Amino acid sequence: MSWLAAHREVVLALVIALMVAAIGAYAPAFVEGTSLLGVLDDTALLFMLALGQMVVILTRGIDLSMAANLALTGMLVALVGQHGPDLPALAYIVLAILIGLGFGLGNGVLIGGLGIPPIVVTLGTLSIFRGMIVVIGGGDQVNASEMGRTFQAFPHKALLGLSSVFWIALAVAILMQLFLSRTRTGRGIYAVGGNPTAARYCGLVLERYQVLVYAIAGGIAGLSGYLWVARYGVAYSEIASGFELTIIASCVIGGVSIGGGVGTVPGTLLGALFIGVIVNALPTMQVSPFWQMAISGAAILAAVIINARAEAHPDKLILPEARRAAAGARG
Amino acid sequence: MPDSPRYTVADRPPFRLADLLLRWESILVVLLALVFAVNAWATPWFLDIYNLADATYNFSEKAIIALAMALLILTREIDLSVAAIVALAALGVGAAGALGQPTPVLVLTGLGIGLLCGLCNGVLVTRFGVHSIVITIGTMSLYRGIAQVSLGDQALTAFPQPFLDLQQTYFLADPPTPLSFVLFLALAVVFGIVLHLTATGRRLFAIGANPVAARFSGIRVDRIRFLLFTVSGLMAGLAGVLLTARIGVVRPNIALGWELDVVTMVILGGVAISGGIGSIPGVVLAVLVLGFATFGLTLLNVPGIVINVLLGCLLIGSIALPILIRRAMRRRRST
Amino acid sequence: MAPVLSLSHISKGFPGVQALDDVSLTLERGSVTALIGENGAGKSTIVKILTGIYTPDAGTVNVEGRDRRFATPKDAWAAGIAAIHQETVMFDELSVQENIFMGHMPGGRLIDRTAIRDRTKELLARIDADFAPETPLKRLSVAQKHMVEIARALSHEAAVIIMDEPTASLSRHEIGELFSLVDQLRDEGRAILFISHKFDEIFRVSDRWVCLRDGRKVGEGLTAEVTEPELVRLMVGRPIDQVFPKRDVVIGEVVLEVEGLSNATEFADISFELRRGEILGLYGLVGAGRSEAMQCVFGLSQPTRGRIVMEGRPLAPRAPGDAIDAGISYVPEDRQEQGVVLPLGIRANITLASLARHARGWFLSSSSELDATRALGDRLAVKAASWEQPVMELSGGNQQKVVIAKWLATQPRVIILDEPTKGIDIGSKAAVHAFIGELVADGLAVVLISSELPEVMGLADRILVMHEGRIVARFARDAWSAEAIVAAATGAVAADRAA
Repeated sequence: MSWLAAHREVVLALVIALMVAAIGAYAPAFVEGTSLLGVLDDTALLFMLALGQMVVILTRGIDLSMAANLALTGMLVALVGQHGPDLPALAYIVLAILIGLGFGLGNGVLIGGLGIPPIVVTLGTLSIFRGMIVVIGGGDQVNASEMGRTFQAFPHKALLGLSSVFWIALAVAILMQLFLSRTRTGRGIYAVGGNPTAARYCGLVLERYQVLVYAIAGGIAGLSGYLWVARYGVAYSEIASGFELTIIASCVIGGVSIGGGVGTVPGTLLGALFIGVIVNALPTMQVSPFWQMAISGAAILAAVIINARAEAHPDKLILPEARRAAAGARG
Repeated sequence: MPDSPRYTVADRPPFRLADLLLRWESILVVLLALVFAVNAWATPWFLDIYNLADATYNFSEKAIIALAMALLILTREIDLSVAAIVALAALGVGAAGALGQPTPVLVLTGLGIGLLCGLCNGVLVTRFGVHSIVITIGTMSLYRGIAQVSLGDQALTAFPQPFLDLQQTYFLADPPTPLSFVLFLALAVVFGIVLHLTATGRRLFAIGANPVAARFSGIRVDRIRFLLFTVSGLMAGLAGVLLTARIGVVRPNIALGWELDVVTMVILGGVAISGGIGSIPGVVLAVLVLGFATFGLTLLNVPGIVINVLLGCLLIGSIALPILIRRAMRRRRST
Repeated sequence: MAPVLSLSHISKGFPGVQALDDVSLTLERGSVTALIGENGAGKSTIVKILTGIYTPDAGTVNVEGRDRRFATPKDAWAAGIAAIHQETVMFDELSVQENIFMGHMPGGRLIDRTAIRDRTKELLARIDADFAPETPLKRLSVAQKHMVEIARALSHEAAVIIMDEPTASLSRHEIGELFSLVDQLRDEGRAILFISHKFDEIFRVSDRWVCLRDGRKVGEGLTAEVTEPELVRLMVGRPIDQVFPKRDVVIGEVVLEVEGLSNATEFADISFELRRGEILGLYGLVGAGRSEAMQCVFGLSQPTRGRIVMEGRPLAPRAPGDAIDAGISYVPEDRQEQGVVLPLGIRANITLASLARHARGWFLSSSSELDATRALGDRLAVKAASWEQPVMELSGGNQQKVVIAKWLATQPRVIILDEPTKGIDIGSKAAVHAFIGELVADGLAVVLISSELPEVMGLADRILVMHEGRIVARFARDAWSAEAIVAAATGAVAADRAA
């Protein structure tokens, strides 16, 4: 069990590989190159969003508003695409990140600045963001034909058989990995989540980190908002409805601990990939796509149960023989 | 200790009107009065007794779940799977209806499924020591997933008339009162009594405020948590039965997103997400405020999703405002 | 030579207790100063002031000739003061090098990973640590974690290093290694403040000593010029028998029998008998396994071996409720975390463990609750505005009285008191002591866990001493001495004197 916990990325990767192999044996079409790349393409947005959520959970928080932020930013950018001049794709991307970041910053200020529990704040902003879509868009949807040409074309550009959305997700993942492993702030995020008291002793201010992580989650949600709307060619109020829980599920399956301070970029990506494979495999296997939810639910519970066993609280080592035994086991 | 000093200690703190007025429940009463006043002024039809009765249909089922959720949040837990349990229970009811079963069987099926789901949550939460938010996100997907797998894109619509009559005729004719609202009020009384007047209720407050001290005081914390998740499942099952009877059709996406509405009701009701603080009267008042505000806005043809904006602001504002006021007061005192 | 750090006339108070009262002390380069005193004497308050967790109410902190004011822990670091805490305050999920440099990583925004690794290697080499910089902290033993903390102190080039009971959970061999490290740090010219209960350690490692009692400095000098009995007298202060007038109580039949109680890692072969009207002292150092053993008797954990007999009937409590029903109460050590429910009122706290007694049918009778609260609250002289006042508004001493009242309300025959006077003011302490005497006069049997020697010696009829999870000595009232008890608790000798 402790080996499982120590190498959970490896285990998860093996589970996914086995799953793909099993699906391939049943429906060979699924393991053809283009189909597998299709899985990556399809899961790209979930990769990014799960990483944003992970950073939040690392600080013992949770962001229930990510999907709503995505939808609202998507709508705002679509309106710009509809009414504005034909801007280069990069402009939409920057705009989307900034808008999403702003909304995330709002969460962060309420949580870090006012000290309101994250679940309360993001539950509230979830409703607010969703509602704002209708208020701003007047309840109409923006269709593909109304968005600008470059607006729409960008996500479908392909390189090496993968869409630009995937490459952006990859870039986000690489940046996130660098940020979390190589920067002071990144390591600080693990510190404030892992042991807030010790972090305070080291001069780290939790509240500042909270503002930062919700802003990051917001920025990623915004970016995903543009990509989502442009890829699927429609913006309306119900986009990605309920997706916030799929995002959190990716993190939990990927080994991010809701208790804070534990979680890796590869783990989270694998967690998202796990869900992505299921979502994509079910139609190929001619299994009802409705199985997706039940399977990811079962996967969350399995992940939780394995984690709980591994994290079980040990007794104190007071007896000399117990200390010697523990020292021996550590080797 | 005969030689030690004695102190005079009052049985109760002296009554101060300010304390009463500053209670969260008092603020909610004012808010409720405001909702009624504004709505009555804005639409002449609002105060119509039949309109008000119909308004209760729209929130009573969620409100029943909110009662159980209040106890969970009070003890630092949460159950995000309630809406999925509603769906699963509704599915069971629908399936029993399709088999031509009579009304009592339908009701018992719904309640039984809810109970079973709640038991399952309770076992997982107490057995594995992981916070219930994770567990119930998992069971939420699982339960909803099972409902989706079983039903696909079909709908169940075969119900005996007596079953539909449960919610499609008034339980009391004068004043017109739907069954779900009667049940909500009755259950609110039961939950209120349990929480505020019994030993079990006192234990809930203790667990929420300090779970360690509660355990050290001989309170069987895990047993109580298990019980609360079971009750939550049962209430969700009941809500599933009532909802099915009301709309007469079961689809897998039934009650989608209800968990967040329910949590909003509880938090607006003054139950602290950090545990140990809250009251059933507060939750009941919050339910009425939210329910009638929503209804009034609907009468004004405000789209439901826009109403959500206002409710979201209300939720955050109601928590943020006391914090801001406290800070302002502290700043004034320190200068 | 000018001292590197001097505290002058420091005072610090908390609601209900004056933790430090006009304390001055100096630390010199190349010298180890031992800070000694009982629990609650004010040692940890000094540590917290020096590390920027507390700010003193009065007095000055002077570092290398400059007056300083530490608003945050970071200010203390910047001034060159680093602390090694009793319980390691570190990041289990991060690596050794990150733990050392968290908060002051080399490089700009981007971490200079080579520099971190090289500097960590160098620091670890200086203290002869044999683990790699990349090792996750959670893989290390407590002793190794202490080394990481020392490396962290060195990474700040700290001129002053505070060690707060660093040997509490180390083995004999590990302690030896730690001490050679302390010698090395002294030779490098650092000033070290060494806090310990263990006299052998103080004599082994320190050059000077300062003794605190009840928040005041009661003595200081050179370690070479003092003897252990002198230090014990200073720490303990008063002639023991006079402070706690022991009531003459007739000791009755055996109430509680514990035989061979053991669990896997915390305690082994705990056996004792407890009689009606008796106070059994359980002495030992912090972390000796006293609380763990007694919590097992109370049903908070399950033993692997051994048996408990309560009033002639075997008892295997699966939860505290079972022990309470059998007539056992346990007043825990950590009042705020384990004792009181802060937001609840006095009445709700006092009746919490005995709610069933106040049930009338399905309902709680608030008048019955209030009667019990009044009776117990008055008996313990709880000072409050009303019985509904939230416990968080009371002083530490009054909170402790509420906790004791809660347990008396269960009408126990055995009451286990775990450090009942820790961190409360002298007045409340005296009240609690007098009250313990009253309890046995009423026929209760008391187990008194305490790290305060005068308290145990003043109150107990017999004393059991625990060391590293085992009972290592048993003393009867007429056959004990402070020196012998302390020696047993520090593991120096095992004694069994007709108990």
